[in-house]
Amino acid sequence: MNFTDTLRFAARAALGHRLRAGLLVVAIAIGVAAVVVLTALGDGARRYVVDEFSALGANLVIVLPGRNATGGVNVGSFVTNTPRDLTIDDAAALTRRPGVRLVTPIIVGNSEIAVGGRLRQVVIAGTSAEFTAIRHLSLAQGRFLPAEDWHRASAVAVIGATLRNEMFGNEAALGRMIRVGDRRLRVIGVLAPAGRGLGMDSDELVIVPVATAQAIFNSNTLFRILVEARDHDALSATRDQISALIKNRHGGDLDVTVITQDAVLATFDRVLGALTLAVAGIAAISLGVSGILVMNVMLVAVTQRHTEIGLLKALGASPRTIERIFLTEATLLSVAGASIGYGCGQLGACAIRLVKPVLPAWPPTWAVAAALGMALASGLIFGVLPARRAAALDPVLALSRH
Amino acid sequence: MSLIELDAITRTFTLGAATVNALRNITVAIEAGEYVAIMGASGSGKSTLLNLLGLLDHPDSGHYRLEGRDVTTLSADEQAALRRDRIGFVFQSFHLVPRLTAAENVALPLVLAGVAPELRRQRVAEALGKVGLSERADHRPDELSGGQRQRIAIARATIMRPAVLLADEPTGNLDRHTGAEVTELLEALNTAGATLIIVTHDPALGQRARRRLMMEDGVLSDERG
Repeated sequence: MNFTDTLRFAARAALGHRLRAGLLVVAIAIGVAAVVVLTALGDGARRYVVDEFSALGANLVIVLPGRNATGGVNVGSFVTNTPRDLTIDDAAALTRRPGVRLVTPIIVGNSEIAVGGRLRQVVIAGTSAEFTAIRHLSLAQGRFLPAEDWHRASAVAVIGATLRNEMFGNEAALGRMIRVGDRRLRVIGVLAPAGRGLGMDSDELVIVPVATAQAIFNSNTLFRILVEARDHDALSATRDQISALIKNRHGGDLDVTVITQDAVLATFDRVLGALTLAVAGIAAISLGVSGILVMNVMLVAVTQRHTEIGLLKALGASPRTIERIFLTEATLLSVAGASIGYGCGQLGACAIRLVKPVLPAWPPTWAVAAALGMALASGLIFGVLPARRAAALDPVLALSRH
Repeated sequence: MSLIELDAITRTFTLGAATVNALRNITVAIEAGEYVAIMGASGSGKSTLLNLLGLLDHPDSGHYRLEGRDVTTLSADEQAALRRDRIGFVFQSFHLVPRLTAAENVALPLVLAGVAPELRRQRVAEALGKVGLSERADHRPDELSGGQRQRIAIARATIMRPAVLLADEPTGNLDRHTGAEVTELLEALNTAGATLIIVTHDPALGQRARRRLMMEDGVLSDERG
């Protein structure tokens, strides 16, 4: 029996039992579609986060106050516990290191701003002129903070695009005075719309000189120091230089944490990648279940078709031919289910992208390949046992059951 | 050399604790072109004998030579090929595949043998013409009468031009008139040269054969005339 004839015979046998074939195809399709949609979601989330971080630049080193060391209680735990402030002078010292290109201190806090009669709670970021270069921000209007001594508390501010619209509407914002806390600041620039990055929405930010912010919040410590390294390859060396310098300045205690952008990114990438994998695994269970369904349905088919199998044997079909016919039928049903499931899954992912455009919900190639491969493999593997059983049937027994 | 030679064939079944001797030491020869009826009460072993002749069953001991070749020792694949090429089956309940048309049912042995579609069509048309059902080629079995179904089954059994035609109660599910038609068709095939072996418990049908093998409790007695 040649391949074409086997295929046609198996296809007609499958179509001859529409309900059975239909249920099986639906079961496999659901499994494949689940894998495609869920991994599209998981991988979309991963890509979203990775893109967010990449927007910050790959050479970024972040210095934060406090040491998050893990470990048990020891003698040292009782001696020093309060970290020293991370100061503007610390940041200034970093600019002189050879591996460092740009440094900007950051202090962040909430405050109220007032323009005319309008009041609003906003996030205030105190920083320096280097901030735009490191964060890759651009200005829509005016100019950014002046390059001046970081200790000088100039009464100027740069505001985000959304904030500009909310506070000033159609009026010009440049040159206007705003009140932040108890200080009056002149608006010298408006940021171009950029969206989110590192958990801060720059569209709703008020940016002031770092000393001004310290005065507003009455605080000496910095929230972060952002450092852009000169060379990506020397990133870890630069990080060590920074640690050593701060440690030296803080009387031998390493009471800050220095992390690289890469490390943060890699962690998120790993966590969300694992999440995607877990979700794919859960969806794959339904594929496994549908594989067992394939086996059951095919076993029922073999039982139902005892007479036909006996007849085929009497007409001269060898056991191998019988086996191939049933295996082909199982494979055909799996292929049909996998194709339909793939189509539905892609449609589902497309719908997610339409509803949530920020989420790049494309199913990863490995997941699609694994889902299709698993569907076909389960059809084949779970089809083998029923096919063997059909082939092993004694023709006399098969024919005697009417 | 006879077409079929059975030499001391024994076949035993175990039903629960009891042992049934379906065939006891059967020795018989059938020549090419013969018309033989195997007769006997139900349970006498006649169906077992027919299954054995059709290579659907195997003896516990003894030898079966078909066209001079000992077939008892052949592998499953070789036996399947032999069934396909040298043996034609006609069953009491027709055994047509319900989802296939008459022509496709007739073509099944050719499909299993891997005959090219063009040649297949030609031979199916020829075979359907011989049983007088050319205009029913595209009908499915449930659209045909019992007599028509059995004629389709006969066309299928003869399409490979087998050496032996085995019929198990071929008229058992038919009324007297259509039964007679089917018998005439089988006898015409025999006249044309096919070896015909019919299993029946209908004495009228048995009397038409030129030779009768009477089965009783697994023992065979030969009767000619």
